[in-house]
Amino acid sequence: MADLSIEMCGIKSPNPFWLGSGPPTNSGEQVMRAFDAGWGGAVWKTLGEPIVNVSSRLGAIDYAGARMMGLNNIELITDRPLETNLKEMYAVKKAYPHHALIASLMVETKEQWRDIIKRSEDAGADGLELNFGCPHGMCERGMGSAVGQEPRVLAEITSWVKEYAQVPVLVKLTPNVGDILVPGKAAVEGGADGLSLINTIKSIIGVNLDTLIPMPTVGSQSSQGGYCGPAVKPIALHMVGALARDPGVTIPISAIGGISDWRDAAEFLALGATSVQVCTAVMHEGYRIVEDMIEGLNYYLDAGGLASVTDLVGKALPGFTEWGELDLNYNVIAKIDSETCIGCQLCYVACLDGAHQCIHTDQGPCSAYHGEPDHGAHPRDVVQPPIWHQNGGGADTHVPFVDEQECIGCNLCKLVCPVPGCITMEEVPTSAGKESWNDRLAKGLA
Amino acid sequence: MSVEQPAWKALPDDRAEFQFADAKPAFSDAEAVIEANRCLYCYDAPCIKACPAGIDIPAFIKKIATGNIRGSAKTIFKSNMLGVSTARVCPVDVLCVGACVLNDLNEQPIRIGRLQRYATDETLEAESRADWDLFTPKAAIGKRVALVGAGPAALACAAHLVLEGVTAVIYEKDDRPGGLNLTGVAPYKLQSEAALAEAKWLLRNGVQLKTGVQVGRDIELDQLIKQYDAVFIGVGLGADKALGIPGEDGPGVWGGSGLIRKIKNDPAFELPDDVQAIVVIGGGNTAIDIARELAMLGVPDVKMLYRRTVGEMPGYGHELQGARKYGVRLLERLTPTAVIRDGGRVTAFRATSTASGVATDYPCDWVVVAIGQEKHAVHLADGIEVDEKGRMVVDPQTRRTGHSKVYAGGDCINGGQEVVNAATDGREAAFAMLRSWDIAPELA
Repeated sequence: MADLSIEMCGIKSPNPFWLGSGPPTNSGEQVMRAFDAGWGGAVWKTLGEPIVNVSSRLGAIDYAGARMMGLNNIELITDRPLETNLKEMYAVKKAYPHHALIASLMVETKEQWRDIIKRSEDAGADGLELNFGCPHGMCERGMGSAVGQEPRVLAEITSWVKEYAQVPVLVKLTPNVGDILVPGKAAVEGGADGLSLINTIKSIIGVNLDTLIPMPTVGSQSSQGGYCGPAVKPIALHMVGALARDPGVTIPISAIGGISDWRDAAEFLALGATSVQVCTAVMHEGYRIVEDMIEGLNYYLDAGGLASVTDLVGKALPGFTEWGELDLNYNVIAKIDSETCIGCQLCYVACLDGAHQCIHTDQGPCSAYHGEPDHGAHPRDVVQPPIWHQNGGGADTHVPFVDEQECIGCNLCKLVCPVPGCITMEEVPTSAGKESWNDRLAKGLA
Repeated sequence: MSVEQPAWKALPDDRAEFQFADAKPAFSDAEAVIEANRCLYCYDAPCIKACPAGIDIPAFIKKIATGNIRGSAKTIFKSNMLGVSTARVCPVDVLCVGACVLNDLNEQPIRIGRLQRYATDETLEAESRADWDLFTPKAAIGKRVALVGAGPAALACAAHLVLEGVTAVIYEKDDRPGGLNLTGVAPYKLQSEAALAEAKWLLRNGVQLKTGVQVGRDIELDQLIKQYDAVFIGVGLGADKALGIPGEDGPGVWGGSGLIRKIKNDPAFELPDDVQAIVVIGGGNTAIDIARELAMLGVPDVKMLYRRTVGEMPGYGHELQGARKYGVRLLERLTPTAVIRDGGRVTAFRATSTASGVATDYPCDWVVVAIGQEKHAVHLADGIEVDEKGRMVVDPQTRRTGHSKVYAGGDCINGGQEVVNAATDGREAAFAMLRSWDIAPELA
């Protein structure tokens, strides 16, 4: 079994799985149950000045029968008295000294920051997470994402916090910006010890077509909320990776955004995160999911011969580059396995209407077929099925085939194919060496 | 840990068993993932409660969905060491699948048995899978347990014991381990090779297997009790019961479990061409199984004769439906009266209607009697009792008999239930032994 323990900017945790700040970390009783279930750390529901919440607060996107692919909320920071939260944090830290307990904070004035930092540290917090990300409600009051979207303000408040804080400070970033590097670097400039991202994405989850009121509905109205859950994972992966590979960002990252299982977590770690935070998946299925996350990650590390989870951190970064660095001489083409093909022809129609008209059927070449590998310049009328198709397929099999001369290797057919492994993308050997757009620019070829 | 694997002679490969296709074929990767993602991952799930072994079914299914197959298998085995065979033989329709909440949504319930098979099937290739050591046995603790019989109950018990550092020695009267999984489970559910591969995996952590040793004949139970710290009895049931009617003795009349065993394991068994009609007596699952097997082997006329009505049959309704699909017919309210022979050859089975009292001859070439099996009454020692039906009496929690060192499980305590019940008995007996030595079992 691999060593799953981590240390992130001085905060130690038995594993990289933390609960993100939100409803699952609302109270001490919850956090203790979560730690019992196996979570390595928890970022407490954001502390601040008392607020009043609305009802209802959550809306979700279901996709093809799967519930909560995306979740959106208009809940604010904690609505419990600060005193209660701090007392419970103290009790949790006392009972779980080796788990990571992080106080998420959101206040306005320098004096308020000083006070709440002191009280959080007195309650035993191992670290502070500055909530500069919340994109609803609090931002209207000049906090949350209102701070995260203003790099100078972000850097300044971070530096206030660093002035007072004894424990490590994580800055939680909002994705509601043009370029995540800007607030990320501002946090570094302000002296942050680590970054947490992404907070939720500003969103409207849907409109009730019966009432014509957006959702989630509060009486006869709604408001924009924060979007999270599996649907936002690709956005978060990019932002985490972009920061992790930037030489100007030298502090560790706690990744947040749609992490639901060990595979998601492993991907974020490979793109440079040191810890991961989970909220929506726990809201959906409970703390119990962490058992599989720990076990699955462990087996994955074992299988890869990695002794420690920290060995995985950043392993995918060398493979993440700018478009201009990609090899223009690398080519793949699609291959359809006629043995496993079930004849749905989704690849055919996707290529015909949504790509480059390179897949044909036994009914003849597709209507756009044009005879020469010229990507549509001339009309065509004859196409030879490749050998494998002649052998394995037949007029009654409904198996489409790929014009290998014409296929541009976009992946679309493979992506729409419902049969795993049926369509593979095969590399076309070439004697040409690597040449990127940047290479071409350098040679004056572009 | 490297322990020499017990060896036994491979089964001959010209067995009638191979004429049966898998009733529930293995899922492909795609099927398994789609099915796993349909599972709602219920909390406090009814399927767990319906499972005699209490497997955390939603957890193992979730792990299939996330690609953690090894963890999924571990979740299964930690509650049920017989995960490979039970995936195939469990009557899931009346257990976990029957309890699935999707039934209430009028959706197809999750095919839990087949997912379990998907998660555990790599066990069959365990020999070539270095990463399939799912559990690590602890160092020897100096305790020794003898197990009588190498069926599901004893295999499960031994597998749990060796993980806690107990020396486990199984005494098996046959040449091979597996018990009913090897000799009695319908071949369209589980074939012998899979049963043996599973047994091999269960023995891999150092369980010692002595084959060809019959307790009560070659060694006495009292001796085992003296030599070992505890004894587990998992001897199953005895010979098929006879009807005790005229004409029963002689060729052409078979015991149900005996005939199943021949079909599965005996290369000499061949269904004669002139056997065109068979009457099966009984209404339990063994009767249904053998009737279906014979129909599947091509006998055009297979009739089950049962004393009472279909609603009173101890056999499962879904099994009867399965047999009917292959042409098996059920005749109710018929009391066995006589086997009619002509010059030694069976020509008919005479049965009397419990409704009208009229006796009818049902023409047939063979008669199969599947009305239950005798109990082994030889495993008695001080304090061990049997009930009025011949079942060994045990404490329902610990599976301990009246003798403080002797435990029992499987068909010999329940009169003939499922593999999963036997596996659970074996597990609980192992845990109880360990606790009696003040050891808290890790998998409990």
